[in-house]
Amino acid sequence: MSALEFRGVRVTYGHGRSAQLAVDGVDLTVRSGTTHGLVGESGSGKSTLARVAVGLAAARSGTVTLDGADITGRSAAARAARRRVQMVFQDPLAALDPRMPVGLSVAEGLLATGQRLSRTDREARVHALLDRVHVDPRRAGELPATFSGGQRQRITIARALAADPAVLIADEITSALDVSVQGVVLNLLRELRQDLSLTMLFISHNLAVVRYVSDEVTVMRAGRVVEHGPTEDVLAAPDDDYTQELLRSVPIMGQPLDLEDA
Amino acid sequence: MIPTLRRTLRTPQGIAVGIGLLVVALVAVFGELVFGDAATVRTIGERQAPASLAHPFGTDDLGRDLLARVLVATRLSVLLTLGATAMSVAGGVLLGVVAAVLPRTPRRLVAAFIDMLLSFPWLLLALFFSVIWGATATGAMLAVGFAGVPVFARLVNTLAASVASADYVHAARMVGSSPLRTAARHVLPNIVPPLVVNTATHASVTLLSFAALSFLGLGVQAPEYDWGRLLNEGSQRIYLAPMAAIGPGIAIVLTGVVFALLGELLSERRSGGRAGRAQRPAAAPPRQDPPSLDAVVDVAALRIAFRGPGGELVERVHGVDLHVGEGEVVGIVGESGSGKSVTAMAIAGLLGPDALVTSERVAFRGIDMTRAVGAADRRTLGLEQAMIFQDPQSSLNPALSVGLQLREVSETHARTPRRVAARRAVEMLRLVRIPEPERRLRGLPHELSGGMRQRVMIAMGLMGRPRLIVADEPTTALDVTVQRQVLRALRDAQRSTGAAILLISHDIALVSGFCDRVVVMRHGVVVEELDARRLHEARHPYTRGLIACVPDLTTDRSRPLPVLDTADEPALLEETRA
Amino acid sequence: MTVTLGSLHRASPRAAFVLRRLARAGATIAVVLVATFFLVQLVPGDPVRAALGPTAPPETVEALRTQLGLDLPIGEQLTRYLGGLVTGDLGVSVTSQRPVTAILAERLPTTLLLAVASFLLAAVGAFPIGVATAVSTYGGRRRPLDLAVSGVLGVLVAVPNFLLAVLLIAVFSVGMGALPPAGWSGPANAVLPVVALAVGPLAYLARIVHVEMLRVLAAPYLTTARSKRLPPRLLYVRHALPNIVTASLTAGGVVLTGLVAGTVLVETVFVIPGIGTAIVSSIVTRDYPLVQGLVLVYAALVLAANLLIDLALAVLDPRSAIAEG
Repeated sequence: MSALEFRGVRVTYGHGRSAQLAVDGVDLTVRSGTTHGLVGESGSGKSTLARVAVGLAAARSGTVTLDGADITGRSAAARAARRRVQMVFQDPLAALDPRMPVGLSVAEGLLATGQRLSRTDREARVHALLDRVHVDPRRAGELPATFSGGQRQRITIARALAADPAVLIADEITSALDVSVQGVVLNLLRELRQDLSLTMLFISHNLAVVRYVSDEVTVMRAGRVVEHGPTEDVLAAPDDDYTQELLRSVPIMGQPLDLEDA
Repeated sequence: MIPTLRRTLRTPQGIAVGIGLLVVALVAVFGELVFGDAATVRTIGERQAPASLAHPFGTDDLGRDLLARVLVATRLSVLLTLGATAMSVAGGVLLGVVAAVLPRTPRRLVAAFIDMLLSFPWLLLALFFSVIWGATATGAMLAVGFAGVPVFARLVNTLAASVASADYVHAARMVGSSPLRTAARHVLPNIVPPLVVNTATHASVTLLSFAALSFLGLGVQAPEYDWGRLLNEGSQRIYLAPMAAIGPGIAIVLTGVVFALLGELLSERRSGGRAGRAQRPAAAPPRQDPPSLDAVVDVAALRIAFRGPGGELVERVHGVDLHVGEGEVVGIVGESGSGKSVTAMAIAGLLGPDALVTSERVAFRGIDMTRAVGAADRRTLGLEQAMIFQDPQSSLNPALSVGLQLREVSETHARTPRRVAARRAVEMLRLVRIPEPERRLRGLPHELSGGMRQRVMIAMGLMGRPRLIVADEPTTALDVTVQRQVLRALRDAQRSTGAAILLISHDIALVSGFCDRVVVMRHGVVVEELDARRLHEARHPYTRGLIACVPDLTTDRSRPLPVLDTADEPALLEETRA
Repeated sequence: MTVTLGSLHRASPRAAFVLRRLARAGATIAVVLVATFFLVQLVPGDPVRAALGPTAPPETVEALRTQLGLDLPIGEQLTRYLGGLVTGDLGVSVTSQRPVTAILAERLPTTLLLAVASFLLAAVGAFPIGVATAVSTYGGRRRPLDLAVSGVLGVLVAVPNFLLAVLLIAVFSVGMGALPPAGWSGPANAVLPVVALAVGPLAYLARIVHVEMLRVLAAPYLTTARSKRLPPRLLYVRHALPNIVTASLTAGGVVLTGLVAGTVLVETVFVIPGIGTAIVSSIVTRDYPLVQGLVLVYAALVLAANLLIDLALAVLDPRSAIAEG
């Protein structure tokens, strides 16, 4: 059984002769119940790939399927299937409507389930979801501005969970956060994965963070996949030169940086 | 929301605007009732009287009191203004929304059409429309109203486009929120407030436009009268009775100012208060111990405060001591709000006038950085201190060639001839491994990648004879592979000049790998100083937490990350940064 | 088109920018031509009757209709209109029975002189004020001066030019008798109109320059320049000024087109025989051929002003930031 599958996905920006290839024929499989890490630097196309999966960008060719059902395109079936893939964005402040109480933002996620809930049921669900991400449910009526960066990111995670997603895509969700807050969010993801057996595509430029949360890893560069496999194998013995360079570039606590071949 | 409104209304400006609006409204409603008679009674004996106590603005050619006429004209002038403003807003919102929801090609066409209309001044549009609808009050209202449509169409279009590309709208789309629901729940609530602000400001413009049209004889026609017409009639008798023209003019300007101030008041409420300037301390506190002469940087009891939004002083650095020796590589590590960057800026003497610095000592090679430096010290600083900032996109001047920016330090401070400086610039670019340095010198910064720009910044610091390079988060905006190249350039620079380095970063692993000594800061205080090779001996719980909470390539994946105890922290610190 | 423009864009962003703006001006001219032609048709009811009033005898109405060619089929009217434009024939004014082109040729230089002189005054005055106030108040220094300057500039922007004109006449002509209040017979006549026209735009431009300068002074690259301990002259002239060029020029474009229109009001106050007084009287008397000609001229002036600014941008913009728009 496989959850989210990308097959030969190509994405271009612009048109005519000035068109640029952002994603160049990527195959990637996020297997059910696992966390798949996607690593790459700026311009690698990793975020574009995620946007294709949730319908925020269009693929020029190729398919994205969820349990075999196509989730690209404009058909009603594809749209409905696409709602089962939810994304959490990099900047939580931009991802929350500044004029909407956070409780309502989380409740918005419930739309995706298609269920018609009564007011009390809805409030109970929001309460439970905020509790789930360790945000005080009594603060549901407050605006995003009154929360800290880490709390905001947990609220956006709660909104994504409200949609009852089959796959959660996390796009650089700790990059805008302080390191101490990053740890809290990563631990939350661990918890959710264990408790809800969540399937996740975890995108980051930070190899150490990806390693910490992922079962499998894919390395992208300039729109192409350069290497993929089980996390331990890829990071212990990378085949590709670029993966090796990435690994070498990660500073290690208390060890002098090796800069000779930079 | 409501409390802030109430607070705004209590400011002097708020009170003034409130009173102004109240007066305009009262005169508009009751003006005719009270002054109607005085405005219509013809006193043949007092025709065209100049200003007097009985008639402050004088009388017109039928002997009617002009002050009374100005007051009575308030209603028509304000009503026409409101009518035209309403038309502009309604038409603009309609056109703007249509432009926002159309498919790509027609949307671009509508936007281009709006742009085209905007390239014409409103008066030309209004004149054009008044040809069609004729020189009447309604004709003028239509003309002024239509002339304002493109302004609001553009505004709505821009606002809607910026909201529509926000991540929270993307998130709503992902959960299947219909376009109609998204528009009602997200787009409208976020574009209405700026729209209200602009409506108030635009009402002021409309009032003046109306007066202009009536003044030209293209608006309100006799026997009706608004301020513009009264001004027109008055200006024809300006030799005899200047107040006849100035009176209506005052009414126009005052009402216009009330509307404009209302707009300003509303927009200030949205953007929050203003920052003030911190006062310099009256006298420097006495020095307690002599500065050490072998130190490149010698800081004792440094405190830095900024003016908060409410005008109160907020201290961000609470008494920091720091010492950097010759050629030493020191790193300052801390999270946002730790005060690490402002400390570095204070050492470089580059804090703006809004910062209040008090200290026992901030010295760079014996130069007191807390006061204005003399010409000789300026030269020394220019040649011996180098800075590298976080954002490579904006730390080089986009309008000047790379070569000029490299050369100017040696040309200005060392009087190096241009050709010699250019040769040195090429050498320095080579040192930081920039390919084709000669060609790069002629180019502009935007032709370089982010990593190259940071390396140009390093090369720029090497043009003098640097004793200290301050690098404030120099690689945070860069990819890890590029980070290595920049750090390599920094290390090469350090080795070739023997300069000391002060590296500011949030990444403790990076700092420990690059520096000799690590200074850990938190909430404006140095919590611990450590030898970079002895991080494992850290004693302060914050340092230990900081080291443990970041996953690295050997972290045990089966266990949760240790979490820094943040329970005792005021969330405010993070808020002020966001 | 996209492909060729795209490749041109890479080869020379400035040339692509100028081409794009030329294309836009061409499209605008087309729209303006269509709009002025239909101006007469858009008048509600019978335009000829509207011009002559309800009491005019039917023969007069029909005669004017024939003279204006409004009895012809619309297609033929359009051909005649466009044909006339090509040959420089804009028709004959109804009220004065003189060719519209002759009236324009007589009045246009006066208006141009007014607009250009006021623009120069505004531009020359605004830069020093904007730069000096920004530099001396940067970072919350000299708060009272900052408030005073922004207050005075704000008031000057808000006072409409026709009101200012009336005030100037009251003070300098009626009060002091120093300058003539109206007419157009010598250089002294131009002083008050030019001042009345220039003050608002000057204050507006000065404000833009002030704000832009403050933005640049707070930019990281200025901190870089300060860290080099450059003398103030280099800091402000070399590092700051080039970065306010684009925004100032764009604002200058708004000012210039605004001045072209502003002449209408100021000419009326000072009774100056320019095209401004002509358009007002022709609208009141519904002299359609003259209105059409004047609208075309004003549109052409606005387009020319915009193109001039665009060309200046293409030459002066330091880093082809213009390439984006």
